[in-house]
Amino acid sequence: MFTTFRLVPYLLLAGLVALAPAPVAALSDAYKDNLYETGILKPVDSVLKVKVGDRAPDFRLKAVSGEQVSLGDYRGKKHVVLSFIPAAWTPVCSDQWPGYNIVKELFDEHDAVLLGISVDSLATLFSWTNQMGRLWFPVLSDFFPHGAVAAAFGILRTDGTAERALIVIDKQGIIRYIDVHDVNKRPPLDALARELEKLPK
Amino acid sequence: MRGVGIVKGETAMKRILVACLALVALLAVVPSLQAAAPPGPGQQMPDFELPLPKDGADRNYLGLTGRLFSFGGGSFRVAETKAQAVIFQVFSMYCPHCQKDAPNMNTLYNLIEGSQRARGKVKIIGVGAGNNPYEVGVFKKKYQVPFPLFPDGDFIIHKKLGDVRTPYFIVIRIMPDGSHRVVYSKLGSFGDPARFLDDVLTMTGI
Repeated sequence: MFTTFRLVPYLLLAGLVALAPAPVAALSDAYKDNLYETGILKPVDSVLKVKVGDRAPDFRLKAVSGEQVSLGDYRGKKHVVLSFIPAAWTPVCSDQWPGYNIVKELFDEHDAVLLGISVDSLATLFSWTNQMGRLWFPVLSDFFPHGAVAAAFGILRTDGTAERALIVIDKQGIIRYIDVHDVNKRPPLDALARELEKLPK
Repeated sequence: MRGVGIVKGETAMKRILVACLALVALLAVVPSLQAAAPPGPGQQMPDFELPLPKDGADRNYLGLTGRLFSFGGGSFRVAETKAQAVIFQVFSMYCPHCQKDAPNMNTLYNLIEGSQRARGKVKIIGVGAGNNPYEVGVFKKKYQVPFPLFPDGDFIIHKKLGDVRTPYFIVIRIMPDGSHRVVYSKLGSFGDPARFLDDVLTMTGI
């Protein structure tokens, strides 16, 4: 009898875990049934290695389009927004870059470029981003050495995915803004727009 | 010995009580965690309110001009729209299909406004699932959306509609007595706007 009652808290906990809500996203029908449900993840699972005011670590990565993109290429020319997403074919990530795809003017207005970065392979990124329509910004693969760029910024999670992070770097290569966002939620666009406003003209 | 037995009995009773309370708490939490299903034909829209639009043209379009603004801005239910039918779209500015569909939606609006049979009787309302006011504004400006769009930044309405994928369309028929029923509830683009408007007019008997 007592043994049964001792189990009650554990049964309740198990019930609540089983009923825990999925990450919040309004899934586009563009992905059909092909998205992998991650469940609720630890909001942040890494330790930043950079801070606002630091020089951003340089990198060179291959884009889905085939070109090599280096952060240094933009030095003295454009502000750069890095959008790291945790993983392709997952709910919240699939619900983020398509929004950036309709606000090119916002980046142009502030003389900024957007670079999308994921630790997924080029092949995976190719098939995934194809569902989003033609993206105007480069999508870079930080696959091998696995997550090296994410690790340099200190946003590689312990499971090998990256954080959902936005990093704004000015034309001098200095980090102006870091948002390591709750991985389960999409960063609101207006927060990024406000940071772009603050960049020197 | 007898005293010990009473204490043991009281402890057991307390445990039973705690277990019962915990189960009641769990049962209370379960419905809020479980997603509702989208309303199907013949059913009613789930109960939720939208804020009165700040834009006078939107208020006029929805026939809500007589509504008084409260300190919070005021609100209305979809079925309170001055119309005989409402095409209710769940979209997101982050949804590629909604972006692709936006010109189609504008065509549908223009067809309605250009039709003697539909004008003033069929209205369109869009709700941006997970989109805050800024994001809805971006979508409205980008695609020059002529009908009212509302934010649902915290997915409250989206959850009540069954966590539907986007775009999702619900058509409701509003009766003269103010009652309503859903006549159409489907995921995905409706295709040709002219044919869809014909279908809406047929389904609603307008």
